[in-house]
Amino acid sequence: MENMIIENKVEPILKLNEVSVSYTPEKKAVNNVSADINPNTITAIMGPSGCGKSTLLRAINRIHELYPNITITGDILLKGESVFGMNPMDVRRMVGMVFQSPNPFPTMSIYDNVLSGYSLNGIKLNKKKKDELVEESLNAVALWDEVKDVMNKRGSFLSGGQQQRLCIARTLALQPEVILMDEPTSALDPISTNKIEELLLQLKEKFTIVIVTHNISQAARISDKSMFMFLGDLVEYDDTKHMFTKPRNKKTEEYLTGVFG
Amino acid sequence: MNDQVSNIKRRNRTDKTAYVLIIVFAILAMVPLFLILGEVIIKGLPNFNLRLFTEVTPSSMDAMLAKANGESIPGGILNGITGTLLIVGLAIILTIPIGLFIGIYLADHQSSKFAKTVSFLTDLMQGIPSIVVGIIAYAWIVKPFGGYSALAGSVALTIMMLPMVVRSTEETLKMLPVSLKEAGLALGSSYTNVVFKVLIPSGFGGIFTGILLAISRVMGETAPLMLTALGASIVNWNIMEPTSAIPLLIWDFYNDPNLVELVWSSSLLLLIVIFILNWLAKLIARKWKI
Amino acid sequence: MKDKIFKGLLFFSAIFILILTAGIIYALVARSLESFQEYGIWGFVNNSEWDPRSATEEYGALSFVVGTLYTSFFALLICIPFSFAVALFTGEYFKGRKVASVVSSIVDLLAGIPSIVFGLWGFYSIRPLAIELGVNAQGFGIFTSSVVLAVMIIPYASSLSSEYLRMVPKNLKEGAYSLGATRLEVITNVSLPMASSGIVSSFILALGRALGETMAVTMLIGNTNNIPSGLRDTGNTMASVIANQFGEADGLKLSSLIAIGLLLFIITAIINLIAKLIMNKLTNV
Repeated sequence: MENMIIENKVEPILKLNEVSVSYTPEKKAVNNVSADINPNTITAIMGPSGCGKSTLLRAINRIHELYPNITITGDILLKGESVFGMNPMDVRRMVGMVFQSPNPFPTMSIYDNVLSGYSLNGIKLNKKKKDELVEESLNAVALWDEVKDVMNKRGSFLSGGQQQRLCIARTLALQPEVILMDEPTSALDPISTNKIEELLLQLKEKFTIVIVTHNISQAARISDKSMFMFLGDLVEYDDTKHMFTKPRNKKTEEYLTGVFG
Repeated sequence: MNDQVSNIKRRNRTDKTAYVLIIVFAILAMVPLFLILGEVIIKGLPNFNLRLFTEVTPSSMDAMLAKANGESIPGGILNGITGTLLIVGLAIILTIPIGLFIGIYLADHQSSKFAKTVSFLTDLMQGIPSIVVGIIAYAWIVKPFGGYSALAGSVALTIMMLPMVVRSTEETLKMLPVSLKEAGLALGSSYTNVVFKVLIPSGFGGIFTGILLAISRVMGETAPLMLTALGASIVNWNIMEPTSAIPLLIWDFYNDPNLVELVWSSSLLLLIVIFILNWLAKLIARKWKI
Repeated sequence: MKDKIFKGLLFFSAIFILILTAGIIYALVARSLESFQEYGIWGFVNNSEWDPRSATEEYGALSFVVGTLYTSFFALLICIPFSFAVALFTGEYFKGRKVASVVSSIVDLLAGIPSIVFGLWGFYSIRPLAIELGVNAQGFGIFTSSVVLAVMIIPYASSLSSEYLRMVPKNLKEGAYSLGATRLEVITNVSLPMASSGIVSSFILALGRALGETMAVTMLIGNTNNIPSGLRDTGNTMASVIANQFGEADGLKLSSLIAIGLLLFIITAIINLIAKLIMNKLTNV
């Protein structure tokens, strides 16, 4: 199994060093994955169900720690510092996450949802700063014009795609460095998916995005680099264009051409 | 061929008969409710007046004299109303924080052996007959403190309410999608903040409904209070003193031939409060469906 | 860190249940000891004498155990056709329709009525009926209390049974209909077998409820300390004898009453446990 370490002049913002994750002592869900991720890129993690891609993603912001029987070896460095040495709450503020099913907080208004990263952390902002942040975040996800008159309503009446963009806005409001996305469009219709993919292409100018997707064409459309995982191993990691046209590994080729997956 | 036809005829007849029987018995099952409500309303309404709420219970002697003179019985159930407020109020204060916390704990630790044991014991507590709860509170509070008290009554009611609040909190929280908690934590929030600012507000409907139902359940309890709060003929706000309660008064009236007419208006009040609580609980459960 | 404190608080609340349980067991057992030491556990349970007179003091639980079993089982018997009918009405025949939710709301209201109000209704409405029917002269006794008890437990059995019936998958029933079965046949051959564990456990739970009922029974059973000889006789249940005689009791009498409370606690706990085990069998299948 090849681990590609790409030569680059830029310091990677996220380094995965021999990361292994297991639910049970015998079986590793993620096996010895090493990869460097550069700032302002979109990296797609692909693979068939059960290959470990979500598990790997959820290790990065340490959300796996909610579930007690998961063990991790190896290290994950965020801007040179190990995430395991930091306070997990700090890690999560710097590394945001968007989930597969849109999950805006049902009892908060749209306005409060966007700012929830602050209110949940007990950070108080003055009204002016709050208004600015909300407008900025909602603009960044192209939702501002659609909701600016109904900000005080709860988000449940929004469409799936709008709710998901609201969740992205909520993450952006905290101004993270990296945004992790776990199959963010798999529950949405094609038009909303399209809108979000365009959004991601814009967001990468300011943020670094790692997206798990089971949609190969999505990876081809938007990502700069792609990882292919299979049964917990990182099979291949390369520039997307290169991997799609000239995959180095037979398994990668089979996956990309639909032999399995 | 004829066999089959008569067979079908017979089967259809049996089917129709069963249908009718089911409906008849179902209707019969509803009859007692109307009988009871009817009796309580018809007999209770005449005495259901402002006096009920503003005066304390009359003594047996006063009632007897009033009846001998052809007057209506003086007095009301103020001491019972304030007593119920005191005892149930204190029980609510004791139950809610503990019940909530245990419910949160159980919803979060579904697979641990310890949590399963706690869950089992909670169910056990729920099944304790009300008179036995009275004995327990008697042993814990009345005996050591040397007297009947509102506190003992509240402890008894807490034992009855706690499992209900734990269950409804746990079930409500378990039904919330796990991504809600994850989303909160993914924003860097502390667990405490996620519980109080996301989970509990989102589950508020179910939790509050559970609390209301627990209250309506214990409002009408007599047996445990007989062994703990005992009763009093005056308004009492001291939790260490014997206190009255509406069901206790109904029992007192029932046992006193001079006061027995008052059972109906007191029962009417009790039923009204209980039904309002139940109706509120249903309303909130429906409105808060997220 | 705030989280550590909060999580600790949650943990201690959970431990609190353990403490409460220990306290409950201690309260009941410690104070029964006097009586058990005097008569021996089996001796106490098996003794039908209940004589509070100080010269000939002797206490035994048997009369009340029998009284409890009599009233509860008879109540269960009476409630079965009604609870069943309501369950089938709301869970099968009119499932999902407005009339079903009306019926189940009305029956559920029955569950909200306090025991003492049932007792009043029993005293003023059922007792005269019992006298009319010639059950006995005063109208008190096993018959009257069982009838009222039956009405009280109808909603407990019916709402749970209804839920289990509603859970029977539609396609199973449709399969039977498509083979030409009548409604009754689908119910008896598909729905009832599938929901059987749940229905049985709901009736057992109702029984558990009946065993512990206090006020209504106290007001209607006649309060005599003998083993009831039949439906027409008066007697006492474990719950009612405690309610009636706890007030002035002390010494051996008090200990005996608490011992009866312990007995009641154990019996209801076992019944509820059985019901839960049967219900779990359903979900594990």
